Amino acid sequence: MTTRAKPRLGVFKFSSCDGCQLSLLDCELELLAVTDAVEIAYFLEATRKDMKGPFDVVLVEGSITTPHEAELIRQIRKSTKALITIGACATSGGIQALRNFTDVNGFLDIVYARPDYIETLETATPIAEHVAVDFELRGCPINKHQLLEVLNAFLNKRKPNIPHYAECIECKQRGTVCVMVAKGIACLGPVTQAGCGGLCPATHRGCFGCFGPMETPNTGALADRFLGELKQDKGTVQRAFRSFNANAPAFREESLKHD
Amino acid sequence: MPDSQAVIDRKDLGAMFALLAEEGYQPVAPRVHDGAVLYAPVSGPDDLPKGIGDEEEGGHYRLTERGDAKLFGHTKPVQGLKAHLYPARQKLWSAERAGHGFRIVKDQDPAPRYAFIGVRACELSAMLIQDKVFEGGPYADKGYAERRRNCFLVVVTCDHAGAACFCASQQTGPDVSEGYDLKLAEIIDGGRHVFLAEAGSEKGRALLDRLPRQAASEADLKAASDQRQAAAAGQKRAMISGVAELLAAQLESRHWEDVAKRCMSCGNCTMVCPTCFCSTMEDATDLSGLKAERTRKWDSCFSIDYSYIHGGSVRNSGASRYRQWMTHKLSHWVKQFGVSGCVGCGRCIIWCPVGIDITAEAKAILKGA
Repeated sequence: MTTRAKPRLGVFKFSSCDGCQLSLLDCELELLAVTDAVEIAYFLEATRKDMKGPFDVVLVEGSITTPHEAELIRQIRKSTKALITIGACATSGGIQALRNFTDVNGFLDIVYARPDYIETLETATPIAEHVAVDFELRGCPINKHQLLEVLNAFLNKRKPNIPHYAECIECKQRGTVCVMVAKGIACLGPVTQAGCGGLCPATHRGCFGCFGPMETPNTGALADRFLGELKQDKGTVQRAFRSFNANAPAFREESLKHD
Repeated sequence: MPDSQAVIDRKDLGAMFALLAEEGYQPVAPRVHDGAVLYAPVSGPDDLPKGIGDEEEGGHYRLTERGDAKLFGHTKPVQGLKAHLYPARQKLWSAERAGHGFRIVKDQDPAPRYAFIGVRACELSAMLIQDKVFEGGPYADKGYAERRRNCFLVVVTCDHAGAACFCASQQTGPDVSEGYDLKLAEIIDGGRHVFLAEAGSEKGRALLDRLPRQAASEADLKAASDQRQAAAAGQKRAMISGVAELLAAQLESRHWEDVAKRCMSCGNCTMVCPTCFCSTMEDATDLSGLKAERTRKWDSCFSIDYSYIHGGSVRNSGASRYRQWMTHKLSHWVKQFGVSGCVGCGRCIIWCPVGIDITAEAKAILKGA
């Protein structure tokens, strides 16, 4: 066995809730294997150690919502060999991208006592709209097994086993009875990328679309089913597509059809 | 073989489960779970869906109360037996780094011994088709072959058709003539609740010989025959005849685009189809890179990766993916394996979230031809 130099890992956060980077700490026992395999050079949720770049791999959580963030992500991109975005915010804009459908200044006046102190952008956008991204890991939050798989694949120079097909495949492989067919519950599974392991349908709820659009999303066909057989109104259908991945192109376009 | 037929009383049915368990089989039978009838491990007849029926349509499934004590009064369970014989996820082997190379570590788990109870005609036909897929030709799947060889099959004949059933038009049911160990027809007549049993193999005959039983009467034989006729006559759907030739000639039909507007490429049809057998290999390492393992997972021809070859995917449009699935199932499967890949169970219709109906699509293609 040859020993290899430990790659330097940085974990950075933009506009987000921290949940995705906490998935790394949630790895528990496997976290020890991660720290054996990489040198954690920057990860404020885990250590006060603040080492400068360059990094071998950087995980980026969150979306770009301020001019400062738009500048910072460029610096980070320059300081790392590989950049992996993690979570719905970083890959599509996150729940805060709901601002993209309206005038952000309206929110500023309601939320802040002194809106003039706030410097913000009109939109919340994914990292890939600002810099080149090597791999996008979906989820709100990401699945820790998928995170380990992506890190593992990077360390071992292989392709990560991250499918882009529909959530339905995971439900069927797990043996979950389809909640839409057997219970009439609206479910975004057929247009949502697999990755969570089929969490919600296994607990009798429809998929909320946390992992964003699957590779070939036919959202129109699903919306027709929601409006028809499932007797939903347009507002409900719009809200279904307008959540954590509201700004992902397929979901955004579908939600705009139901104004 | 007239002595291979007998009548088993409902109260003696438990003995069949007990004897099978005694012989080292894990009984797997229909049982209610999450608002549906599934194949699952059972310990005896009390676990069966007593008095439960099912209502099915395109993209729709609900359990119903039958108002009687029938144990097999439903139609087919949600998922076929492929989930047991050909599991969704199987570790094939693992490897460890050794010097400059690696060493293969084979998986030594013994194959399970299942007794499948309540197997329908369509299910059995699907199993016989998968036998050709996995055991025919020079590259047999050893794991499948072993699980299949180990299993004991108790078929139950259908007494009615589900709304999505079309086995009669595919000649895969509702009658069952071969491939089973024991065949049961459930008969309730007033207060009498019995199973007309018929052995289909030496194993089945040996089991039947050990069960408390009476001779079958003419009335029992007629009741079972009436049930089979009702199950055939009650089928509302049918696959058009000559569909294999039709589809082979209609690869450029405009109808494929029409289906693609409704099809979500979610892959549910392929997951619930009891003959769909496609899989993908997944190689993974541990973080240190010292251990690796290879896993086989169910795959679907509706995924983009499925048709990925160097440079890109072959089937990028929904129309091309649906066409691939339907033409393979109904047309070039015949050339490949000598039979159609469709047994008419109707699961692809029921579990399609938007209710796409393969029999209706075939008719529409015929109409546009």
